[in-house]
Amino acid sequence: MIDPAAEDALVARLRAGDGLAFRELVGAYQTVLLRLADTFVPSRAVAEEVVQETWIAVIQGIDRFEGRSSLKTWIVRILMNIARTRGVRERRTVPISSLDALSGVGGPVVSIDRFVGPPGRGAWAWPPAAWAELPEDCVTSAETKSLVVKTISALPEQQRRVVMLRDVEDCSASDVCDLLGLSEVNQRVLLHRGRSTVRAALERHFGEQR
Amino acid sequence: MILRRRVVVCQQWTELVTDYLEGALPRGLMRAIDRHLADCPHCTEYLNQMRRTIQLVGELSDEDLPDDLLDALQRAFEEHRRNT
Repeated sequence: MIDPAAEDALVARLRAGDGLAFRELVGAYQTVLLRLADTFVPSRAVAEEVVQETWIAVIQGIDRFEGRSSLKTWIVRILMNIARTRGVRERRTVPISSLDALSGVGGPVVSIDRFVGPPGRGAWAWPPAAWAELPEDCVTSAETKSLVVKTISALPEQQRRVVMLRDVEDCSASDVCDLLGLSEVNQRVLLHRGRSTVRAALERHFGEQR
Repeated sequence: MILRRRVVVCQQWTELVTDYLEGALPRGLMRAIDRHLADCPHCTEYLNQMRRTIQLVGELSDEDLPDDLLDALQRAFEEHRRNT
């Protein structure tokens, strides 16, 4: 990832035709762009084509980049336009409205069985076990990382996009709303459900390590 | 007059944690949550777990990029710049 301060310098180098600067840019964003493209199109092969087309569009358009958004947001926007078009062409349903985005969202993020007391107002019966007691190399192991990747890949599309953009790519909430056409409230709901699912998966995984 | 203070319980907290972290809750509710967290180690642990989750997601490593892909894209960029 490229921090905002480094971005200006990179843009200047790109405009000056510095091929290594472009290589750095591809290196920084290729993976996240692929993972985002995956959420719009039916196969990795098509996702790779979408990312390839995105880079071509970046090459052709970098002089038109005005810096009104960050470079990252500008590139993601190009990718999403290409991915949406391809997604529709490949006849994959692409949720476009916020209403669609929230379909299938419901129910508590932590099972009600873990609480005692009145519905919705329960206290922990089975509270979360402290992660701080886990050995650090268990928390940061390759196995844990691959579980996180697997869990994110299995999230519903819009949750996956929001988690990718917010937590992997570190985009601002307002950029994500803008890119995905979401209201702030819906963006937060999707983020909450996505993050909560990943936390629950980690909790199960760490529980097995104890 | 007795002002009733808002009370947040554990189960509610698990649904509010993202709004809390995003600073999207009314001040009264934020304060009620802070009071609850001060008394409830389990909900504090839950908050820590959500923070750790966000951190782990943020540290996802990139997939290995084949050099020939990088070479090809760099070449495409350089050629385009030469021709414009």
